[in-house]
Amino acid sequence: MAYERSESSGADDSADSTALALKILVAGGFGVGKTTLVGAVSEIRPLRTEEQLSRAGEFVDDTGGVDQKTTTTVAMDFGRITIRSGLSLYLFGTPGQDRFWFLWDELSQGALGAVVLADTRRLEDCFPAVDYFEHRKIPFVVAVNCFTGARAYGAAEVSRALDLDRGTPVVLCDARDRDSGKEVLIRLVEYAGRMHTARLLDTVG
Amino acid sequence: MNEDSTGVGPSVPGSQWYDADAGPLVRPYAMTGGRTKPGPSNVRFDLIALVVVDDDPPGPAEESLLGPEHRSLLALCRAVTQSVAELSADADLPVGVVRVLLGDLLESGFVRVSRPVPPAQLPDERILREVIDGLRAL
Repeated sequence: MAYERSESSGADDSADSTALALKILVAGGFGVGKTTLVGAVSEIRPLRTEEQLSRAGEFVDDTGGVDQKTTTTVAMDFGRITIRSGLSLYLFGTPGQDRFWFLWDELSQGALGAVVLADTRRLEDCFPAVDYFEHRKIPFVVAVNCFTGARAYGAAEVSRALDLDRGTPVVLCDARDRDSGKEVLIRLVEYAGRMHTARLLDTVG
Repeated sequence: MNEDSTGVGPSVPGSQWYDADAGPLVRPYAMTGGRTKPGPSNVRFDLIALVVVDDDPPGPAEESLLGPEHRSLLALCRAVTQSVAELSADADLPVGVVRVLLGDLLESGFVRVSRPVPPAQLPDERILREVIDGLRAL
């Protein structure tokens, strides 16, 4: 296999051979502030990568008969946070439209966890994302983006309204604010760690 | 096509200027010879797979045979270890195309690729602790 084994430290002095990259997804409805959040915490200007979908038919099994003959370009925003040399966090804003969900499957492969951004004025927009991550048992936190002028709801109210599993953290945040964004990520990593430990215990017990 | 005939001077068909807004003038997969999947080894490059230049790459003679897109990717990898997603953004090429090109570079021994984190397998607690501390310190 051509893959480099990341465990093999060997005599190779370059830190690259043990480099570890972790992936966090940022999901939520259209215009809820996904790119804003990625931009607020990323050390690089959010980059945009595109997936060109030219193979009609391969991905269109559940688009409800929508004829997708032409080439479609899906853009994904992403950012990076370097924790130290050889350990970085990548944030991916998931494409908003439901018909690009097959991309989520790829994105969520091996993801550490996800942030579901919610806007209390249209909470239903984040239902699909919540369903998606609950189904696949991917640890996620719900971050309520507190837009100015939006009536403030408490975390408990949002949790109830979304019918979240017990323990799923709900954080109030301001997606434009770096510290606020950092806090959301910290809560997610903590939660992902707890979920992981619990699962390990499950398999033992 | 009919919008740009407003200018002065003769409008010879095919002489129009296109800017970036017109989109790519070359179909993306033309750069890969029509291939939409990486070569025979069929590696699947994760978006966060890190691409490193191989310690013992083929010589300049072989490198000169590479296409311009291959070479620009290689140049980006040389500058700094990057993820597939970053390479795609920096090279301004769709991810699918970058994957095919990287497959070529991998097979010919120019680059190495880090193994993506296996699904549902989280790094150990020590790493997560490090991430949390690192985030706090930002």
